[in-house]
Amino acid sequence: MSPKPNSYRTGPDESGHFGDFGGRFVAETLMPLILDLAQAYAKAKVEPAFQDELEHYLKHYAGRPSPLYFAERLTAHYGGARIYFKRDELNHTGSHKINNCLGQILLARRMGKTRIIAETGAGQHGVAAATVSALFGLPCTVYMGAVDVERQQPNVFRMKLLGAEVKTVTSGARTLKDAMNEALRDWVTNVEDTFYIIGTAAGPHPYPELVRDFQSVIGREAKEQMMQAEGRLPDSLVACIGGGSNAIGLFHPFLDDDVAIYGVEAAGHGIETGEHAASITGGRPGVLHGNRTYLLQDDDGQIIEAHSISAGLDYPGIGPEHAWLHETGRVNYVSATDRQALDAFRLCSRLEGIIPALEPAHALAFAGELAATLPADHILLMNMCGRGDKDIFTVADALGVTL
Amino acid sequence: MSGGAARIGRRFADLRAAGRAGLVTYVMAGDPDLATSARILAGLPAAGADIIELGMAFTDPMADGPSIQAAGQRALKAGASLRNTLDMVRAFRAGDADTPVVLMGYYNPIYNYGVDTFLRDAADAGLDGLIIVDLPPEEDDELCLPTLAAGLSFIRLATPTTDDRRLPAVLTNTSGFVYYVSYTGITGARSLDPRAVSDAVTRLKRHSDIPVAVGFGIRTPEQAAAVARVADAAVVGSALVERAAEAEPVDGVLALVRSLADGVRSARNGGA
Repeated sequence: MSPKPNSYRTGPDESGHFGDFGGRFVAETLMPLILDLAQAYAKAKVEPAFQDELEHYLKHYAGRPSPLYFAERLTAHYGGARIYFKRDELNHTGSHKINNCLGQILLARRMGKTRIIAETGAGQHGVAAATVSALFGLPCTVYMGAVDVERQQPNVFRMKLLGAEVKTVTSGARTLKDAMNEALRDWVTNVEDTFYIIGTAAGPHPYPELVRDFQSVIGREAKEQMMQAEGRLPDSLVACIGGGSNAIGLFHPFLDDDVAIYGVEAAGHGIETGEHAASITGGRPGVLHGNRTYLLQDDDGQIIEAHSISAGLDYPGIGPEHAWLHETGRVNYVSATDRQALDAFRLCSRLEGIIPALEPAHALAFAGELAATLPADHILLMNMCGRGDKDIFTVADALGVTL
Repeated sequence: MSGGAARIGRRFADLRAAGRAGLVTYVMAGDPDLATSARILAGLPAAGADIIELGMAFTDPMADGPSIQAAGQRALKAGASLRNTLDMVRAFRAGDADTPVVLMGYYNPIYNYGVDTFLRDAADAGLDGLIIVDLPPEEDDELCLPTLAAGLSFIRLATPTTDDRRLPAVLTNTSGFVYYVSYTGITGARSLDPRAVSDAVTRLKRHSDIPVAVGFGIRTPEQAAAVARVADAAVVGSALVERAAEAEPVDGVLALVRSLADGVRSARNGGA
């Protein structure tokens, strides 16, 4: 167990560690680039011109701030805590992923990089990366596992419309983890001109930090909006976790406040079946994709394939800051199954007229259960981090409906 | 110098005395199966391998191309694990006291095994060193320093992106030899450029007198000979593991090793 710090918001340290987690576990070829990136980001972070430019695009291009919405009918349905949604599914491109992509491409431009690569699972990050690449006229290659290409056809087509090249990855389990391996292989080959926009708050330092910083706009806005709406901070936060970028974005500004925080991992067919994507609940520390974190792995340290109905959560690891927040006990990591997420997906569609992505449907499944146990003066804020248009085929299939 | 590091040192001293470069051969432990892999390993020294790199299979080999990815998958399917990889080293060492064996792969299986336990078992098995792709100097506390303390070599990769500013950090704590990666990219992706390699070796030699092995992009005896003219050793991997996938893996791998060794051994006599 890591010791309790005075503040939960000061990490990572200079070498990219959150407690025992994080670090820079990459091939030597990439190491000079990672150091350049860390330096470029440290400089940009404190430059008003960079922040102004980012703010400009977040407001006028992505449509921020996203609304804070009181989900009255779901609140009545569960009969407990007041449930609020942070509506990040209303961002341009349909999820929170655009926040990070805008930040990273502005950084790429400052570093003089002329080519963008990205990995994607559900395709939300791939679409966001393709979008900002189109916006700034840079060629973009997105790596996507063959399984995900199959189940996320609308997003594959979207990326192509945006001018990106989508490379189907057929190695390994052919999902997000393998797409990330392939993106790293591309990067190591094209180090001179290429910027790798990592979509989640994982990977070698400084990625977990910079993705978190770019996503923290979610929590900063939510804090202000909640003060306006309720005159106080929420009592609980809930967000879904694959790698954990939307969750860390919501959580980070609240980490030192008196707020209970829940991260919801994907339990797939159930933790006990072994077919899940819950790295904290069902994994243990290891080293993959540039960082030490909780991983699904076997007795030999081989990585186990994750399973989730949600392509965006189908990853056998989690961002290193989450691993640390788990060990310090600051955030509670729980899980929801495919079935629970599907039920929440349908419920939210019918009661609120909001079709959620399968990813936040996991968060809602837990948020609903939790809300039902809490009093009516409890305020629960959930991040609705993506919309479900991309998932209608998967959901139809799961429900036995032919489209 | 003691333990495994000493065996590597002696091998390079012998090569210097013989006036030639060495051949470093990479094969994947457990590929295509455990028994066949052990036979390949046992046959390597007689076929002309001066140093053996034994691949540790990993599910997510981020710096490897399709050939070594496939080799790792075959090995894992055949039941390869870090534990039986060390068993294979032990069996090899029982029959060969002189040929250095270094394990090459990724950190997680070792981290999972437990660094101290692993190093104890590795030294006990007769292993000489480690090449761990995802442990740059920035992470030396993890495994590099404990490895050196255990008397084994920790062989670092230097690459075309390792500039003069960074090179001292890369060479510090490197022992046995330094492995120069001839191009930016994954294993087996392209052929090396002999002139660039020559320049790189010269640059490395300005910073250190540690032996330099060059790998990535060597598939033929001619390419091996070209490298053997300018470096202390040539490393061949992808071309060998591709032979392990063929119908006669033992004969196929060892035949290629023999012709590569001919290339390396004749390189400085104006041959090949």
